[in-house]
Parts: sequence; structure tokens; C-alpha cells
Amino acid sequence: MKTIIFKTASSYLLPLLLLFAIFILLRGHYLPGGGFVGGLIAAIAFVIHSFANGIEKTRGIIKFHPGFLMPIGLSLALLAAITPLFTGGALMTGLWFENPVPVIGMVGSALFFDIGVFLVVIGVVLTIIFTISETI
Amino acid sequence: MLLSVLSGFLLAACLPLVGKLLKGKLSILLSALPVILFVYFLSFIPGIANGESYHFNYNWVPQLGINFDFHLDGLSLLFTLLITGIGSLVFIYTSSYLKGHIYLDRFYGYLAMFMSSMLGLVLSDNIITLFIFWELTSISSFFLIGFNNDNESSRKSSLLALGITGFGGLFLLAGMIMLGFVTGSYSIVELMEQTDLIHNHPYFVLILVMVFMGAFTKSAQFPFHFWLPGAMKAPTPVSTYLHSATMVKAGIYLLARFTPVLGNHEYWNTTLIIVGGITMLYAAIHAVFRLDLKGILAYSTISALGVLVFLIGLGTDEALLAASVFILVHALYKATLFLVTGIIDHETGTRDVSQLSGLNKVMLPVGIAAILAAISNAGIPPSFGFLGKDLIYEATLHYGNWAIVLTAAAVITNICLLFAGFLAGIKPFVGKLPQKYEKLHLPSPLMYVPPMILAGLGIIFGILPMIIDTPLIKPVAAAILNTSPDFHLQLWHGWSVVLLLSTITIGGGLGLYFILKPSEGLLAKATRFEPISPMSIALKFTGIFESTAKGITNVLQNGYLRYYVISILTFLSVLLAYKLFQGFDLYINFGQLTDITIYEVIVLGIMAVSIVFTVFTRSRLVAVAAMGIIGYSICLIFLFYSAPDLAMTQFSIDTLTVILFVLVLYNLPKYLKLSDTGSRVRDGMLALIFGGLISLLTLEVLNEPLEREISAYYAENAYTLAKGKNVVNVILVDFRGADTMVEIIVLSIAAIGVFSLLKLRLKSIEKE
Repeated sequence: MKTIIFKTASSYLLPLLLLFAIFILLRGHYLPGGGFVGGLIAAIAFVIHSFANGIEKTRGIIKFHPGFLMPIGLSLALLAAITPLFTGGALMTGLWFENPVPVIGMVGSALFFDIGVFLVVIGVVLTIIFTISETI
Repeated sequence: MLLSVLSGFLLAACLPLVGKLLKGKLSILLSALPVILFVYFLSFIPGIANGESYHFNYNWVPQLGINFDFHLDGLSLLFTLLITGIGSLVFIYTSSYLKGHIYLDRFYGYLAMFMSSMLGLVLSDNIITLFIFWELTSISSFFLIGFNNDNESSRKSSLLALGITGFGGLFLLAGMIMLGFVTGSYSIVELMEQTDLIHNHPYFVLILVMVFMGAFTKSAQFPFHFWLPGAMKAPTPVSTYLHSATMVKAGIYLLARFTPVLGNHEYWNTTLIIVGGITMLYAAIHAVFRLDLKGILAYSTISALGVLVFLIGLGTDEALLAASVFILVHALYKATLFLVTGIIDHETGTRDVSQLSGLNKVMLPVGIAAILAAISNAGIPPSFGFLGKDLIYEATLHYGNWAIVLTAAAVITNICLLFAGFLAGIKPFVGKLPQKYEKLHLPSPLMYVPPMILAGLGIIFGILPMIIDTPLIKPVAAAILNTSPDFHLQLWHGWSVVLLLSTITIGGGLGLYFILKPSEGLLAKATRFEPISPMSIALKFTGIFESTAKGITNVLQNGYLRYYVISILTFLSVLLAYKLFQGFDLYINFGQLTDITIYEVIVLGIMAVSIVFTVFTRSRLVAVAAMGIIGYSICLIFLFYSAPDLAMTQFSIDTLTVILFVLVLYNLPKYLKLSDTGSRVRDGMLALIFGGLISLLTLEVLNEPLEREISAYYAENAYTLAKGKNVVNVILVDFRGADTMVEIIVLSIAAIGVFSLLKLRLKSIEKE
């Protein structure tokens, strides 16, 4: 499927879709969206790129094995979950900064948890798809 | 107290870190722990002798009524002293017996773990913690039996032991929970106050069965005795410590401990007398035919355990007193004999009793210990064993109508036991020394002093019974009887029937010893009955169990995805159909439904067409694309019913699914007709049935009154508690965040699974 149109389009689509994925991730707390969908969209962005340019190229962009996103994401989510324990709350209690951050809005432990989910989903989907397409 | 119970666990936990330093000569330092504990428990003797008992409470899970409630009375004290005392000697003995073994630190870790579990077991007042320690002893025993884990029969024996004792442990847990249910308390002290309630409760028989199963499996009673001879695969210090002196007595301890709670009831007494009686006779006769020293000792241990169960079953004051004394008698002489056997094995390299003789000439101190132990075992005056045996006969003689039968059984058992003791303790040391053993020399004192101490005590307690009478034995009997008994231990009872019986026992045993020479022929005669022994039956049963499991697995896990799907769907369909048609009431409230819109009709039409395409197309890619269309149509339906989050996720998932399919299918050969018409029709039918049932189920769900409480709570509190306006996301990352956490872990595991499966397969292809 290495047509010139698809190739050209994919190199523009990748950053756009990734931005869109982050946008979906960040708005999740107030409007439809969230880490899970955001992660899926980001994964799709990379998959489209690999369809057009071959997996080697996509791997070159990511630089490291996407599987490493899983432990990073899991640790981030776990950290967000256990941080409240140190401030005297129960596991998974929401902690929030007093003032909203520009562009992003309110920042709290739930957001970090969601980012963890986001990274895990990207890692999982890319690992599975890359492994299958390389093996077959 | 908590520290003293848990110290062994702490030590075991430290050993992996510092064990390397302690492997050499320093390993004897580890014996300090049991010695300190022994001294600590000795310090309780004066208080206990005065009739006091000690309580120590530490909270663990108070919400469930599970706490470390330790209760130290006479019975516990006797056991703690046995555990730490014999433990000290075994620790010291091991440092020489396994000198230079590369896993010596590991061995000490297991031993320390076992010691702690056993202490916890005999000190627990809470029956749930009692059960936990009970299981811990089984587990540490498993590790110790299988210590030589490069030996297949070792591994098998340890699994067998764990299987039998663990199986009984589960019964025990059930029994304990029932006791808690009946009385509302998990404390043994409180249970004792509610004896009448327990005895008259309909669950009483069940509780009895459960407790018996636990005790009989642990204490190797017939027909569960067969794991114990197998457990002799363990290094000798383990056999000494676990499988003769302490762990196997846990079942005895349990029965003794529960005598004031469950005892004094017809069922209790009859069962224990019968089971104990059969065990002691069966095992004693078996012991006579063995050639392996450890085999002889294993069967005589089983027999001695049978005697103890039998005595507890008799339940009279005299019998319980005899049991208290016999626990100590047996521990002293049997541990000695085991330690001696270990020395013989260590020095000569054989345990075949028919080949051993005259070792006195090369290792006299060992021989003295063994002969003293054999004398105590035989019940020859003035040993402590004589005293124990007298008490047993006294108990059986005074047991009403059955006195003659019971006494005869006890006499026969004791004759065989005496023979077994002589075989193990005297035969290897007297007579002519074979030439090949002439160069043997005495082992390190670390090895022969422990058995000498134990054997010496067996004689001293016999001559001077007053040393242990009031301080030790009386509180034990008091704890079992739950009253204060009035008696004094004496060596000389005067001329009586009991003395006559003792003489008959000794005479009979000696006669047997001089007539019967151990040989292969005798052993062969005994092994002819092997096929009908409980062990073979149990093994056959597990064999059938295993092959059935394999058969079922082969049918269900056949490696074809399509059959997996078929069995899952069939099972679900049968279950659903059963449930639906039991109380099915199809009713659609048309008034409740919203009006059908034109969009919905169009989307449904698209879905129907796609389904037809998916099923009947001849191209794989078309089928996949058509499935994708169905997925997208579902997304649209989600959108119509205002679930944008769901729609977005479904949309992305469907995209990825199609991509995955394309990736896989792209490389497959052209569409082949893999299935015949018959199986296609079968699959179609199954799909229709399953789909139909799900539709019916959905309609049925609509009739159920809707619980809006939870969703209302989430909707109301999403912003106030979690500062989010998108309820779906707030549920995912906050209200039910723990679920999400676990889900992403599962996802990661799945990805790692795919990765490793495919990459590993690649490697094996590369190898070819």
C-alpha cells in the first residue's frame, strides 16, 4: 500500500493525529474523551504511518521499542494511585492543584493516572500490531 | 511472646542474605535460636506448675476475629519444650551431619520456619491462626522432605506428604469455621465453656469428621498413614524433628486440645479407639517386616501415634494421663533412634539392618545411646518407657466391658514395637563386626552427644519421675482433662496385673527378637499385600483423576480456536436457555419504547446487509470490511443514544481490529473452502441460537426495575468529589480507578504474551 498519495498524507497525518490524541486525552475530564480513546487514536496514527512507509520507518520515528511505554505508563498510573497515601488520603483519592494551568486546565492526580492509561494503551496496541506484522 | 513465635520466620527471612557467611563452621551458631527459646519456655515452668496459664494477645485482623491470641498452659508448654529442646539438638546435629552441603543455609531456613510454625500451632488460642500455622508446618515439611530435590522419589514423596496433609488441612479449616459459626467464637478457651451447645448442635457430627480428618492426616493414622514412610526420604535430622518428635504429633496435640471441647462423647471415643487401634496394630506388625532402619522407625512411629490416638479415644483420666506421659516417652526414645540411624547411615552408608552388626566396637557412645533408647522403648525398668507402658495397660484394663480386647491389642502392639526398637537400637551394635566396617571411627561429638542426652533423659525420668511429675506432666493432664488431676508418677506400682502384662510384653518381644531374623524373604512376604494397601489405592485414585483431567483437557483444549468458541458458546447457550425457560415471561412494553427514527432504520438496514455479506462472501477481505461496517454502525447507534465516549472508543477499536485482520489475512493464501456444508450449518445454528438467546435476555432485562442509585450517585458527585464533568471518564480514572489499574495491567500482560509467543516461535524456526 505504498502509494505516493498515502505516503505524503501519512507524514502530515501523524503529527496531526498525535496532537488530536493528546487533545482527546486532556479534555477527557470534562468532555467526551480520555486516556483510553486518546491512546487508541495515537496508536492508530503510528499504524497508519507504518502502513504507508513500512514498519522500519515508524520504528525509526519512535526510536525505542513501543513495549517500553507499558512499564512507564503503569508506573505513572501506580504513582498517581498511591501518592494520596502519603498525604493521608485513601488509595486513589483525587489530589488537585489549587489553580488551573493555562491551556490544560485543572491538573490533578487523575490526569496523571489518565496519562498512564494513555501510554499503556499505545504500548500495548503497537507491541501487538508490530509483533504480528513482523512475524507473519 | 509474639517475637519468640515469629523469630524463626525472621531468621529464615534473613538467611538468604547472610546465609553464605554461615555455611561453614559458623553454622552451629544458628543453634542459638532454639536454645534461647528453650530456656525462655523453661522459665514458664514454675508458674505453670502452680496451675497458672498465660495469655498474650496481639491484634492481627480483629474485624474477622483473627488474632494472635497465644495461650500457654501445660499442654502447650510440653510441646513448646519438645519443639525447642529437640529442635536445639537437631540444629546442633545438623551442623555436623550436613557439613559442607551447599544448601545448608537453606536447610536451616526451612528448619527455623518449621520451628516457628510449630510453636505458633501449639500456642494459638485462636483456631484460625492455629489452622494457618498448621498449614505452615505442612509447607515447611514439604520443603524439607524434598530437600534433595534432584532425586525424583524425594520430590514424589514430598508432594504426596503435602497432598495428604494439605487435604486434611482443608477439612480442618472447614471444621474450625463451623465451630466458629456454632459458638460465635474462634477462641479455644471460650469454646470450652460452650461444650453442651456444641455437643447438641446438628453440626456436631460434621465438625467431628472435619477435625478428625485434619488430625488423622497429619498424624498419619490409618488409612492416611502412607505418606509418613515416604517422608523418610528427607535428611535424617528432618525425620527426627518433624516426622517423629513434633510435626506428626500436631494431630495428637489437636485431639488433646479439643478433648475438653468435643470429647466425652460416644462418637468421639468410639472413632478414636477404632482408628487408633487399627493404626497401632497395623503399623506395629508392618514394622516387624522392614529392613530399612528408617522404614522400621517410620512404621513404629505410626504405631506410637496410633497408641496416642487410642489413648485419647479411651478418654478416661488414666488414659489421658498415659497419653501425656507417652508423648514425652516416645519423643525421647524415637528421636534418639532416628539420630543414631542418621549416624549409622552417615558412617557406613547403609541402613539395611540385616547387614549391620557389632558397631559397638567402633562407636561405643552411639551404641550406648541407642541401647538406652531401645530399653526405654521396650519398657524395661527402670526406664521412663516402663512407666509409660504401665500407665497404658492400666488405662486399658480399667475400660469396662472391652478391657480384655483393648488390653490384648495394646500388648500385641507393644510386643511388635519392642521388637522394632531392638532391631533399630540393638541389632546394629551387638554381635560380630563385619570386616568392611572395621575402619570406621566415631563421628564428631556434635552428632553423638545429642542422642546421648535424649537417651539419658529417658532413663533419668524413669528413675526419678518426681522431676517432671508436678512441673510438667500434671499441668498437661490438667489441660486435657480441664480439671486438676490427683496422681503421682511412680516407677514401682507393686505386684499387679499390670506388672504381669509388662513381663509378658518384654518376654514376648525378646522371644520374637531371637526367633525372627530380618531378611529379604520376610520383606517380600509383606510386600505381597502392597496392591491392596491404602497407598496403592490412593495412588490409583490420583492416577484415574489425572487421566480423566487429561482426557477432558484434550477434548476441550484441542488447540483449534473454532472449537473453543463452539464449546464456550454451547455452554453459555445451555446455561442461558436453562435459566430463561425456567421463569421466562416475554413481555415488551411498547409504550415505554421511544419512536423509531429514520436514521435507526437506515443503520439497521446497513448492518443487515453487511451481515449477509460477511457470511456469504467468497473473499476474506470483503468479510473483514463488512464486519468493520457492522462495528461502525454500532458506533452510530451509540451516538444516537447519547453515549459519545462509548462510540469513540468502539470506533477506534473497530478500526484497529480491521487493521489487525488485514495484517494477518493479507499473507494468507486465497480463500479456501476449509469447512464442509455440515459444519457450516452447525455453526450457523449455534450462532442463531446464541444470538436469539441474547436478544431474549436483553428483552428480559428491560422488564427488570432499573436501579438508578449508583449511576445517580456518580452523576451527582462527579464534579463535587472528582472535579470532572465527564462522568464516564471520572468513573474510569477516579471512582473505579482500581479497576482501570488492573485492566491496564491485564492489557500489558496480553501484549507481552503476544510478543513472547510470536518471537519465541520465530526463534525455534531459526534453530531449525
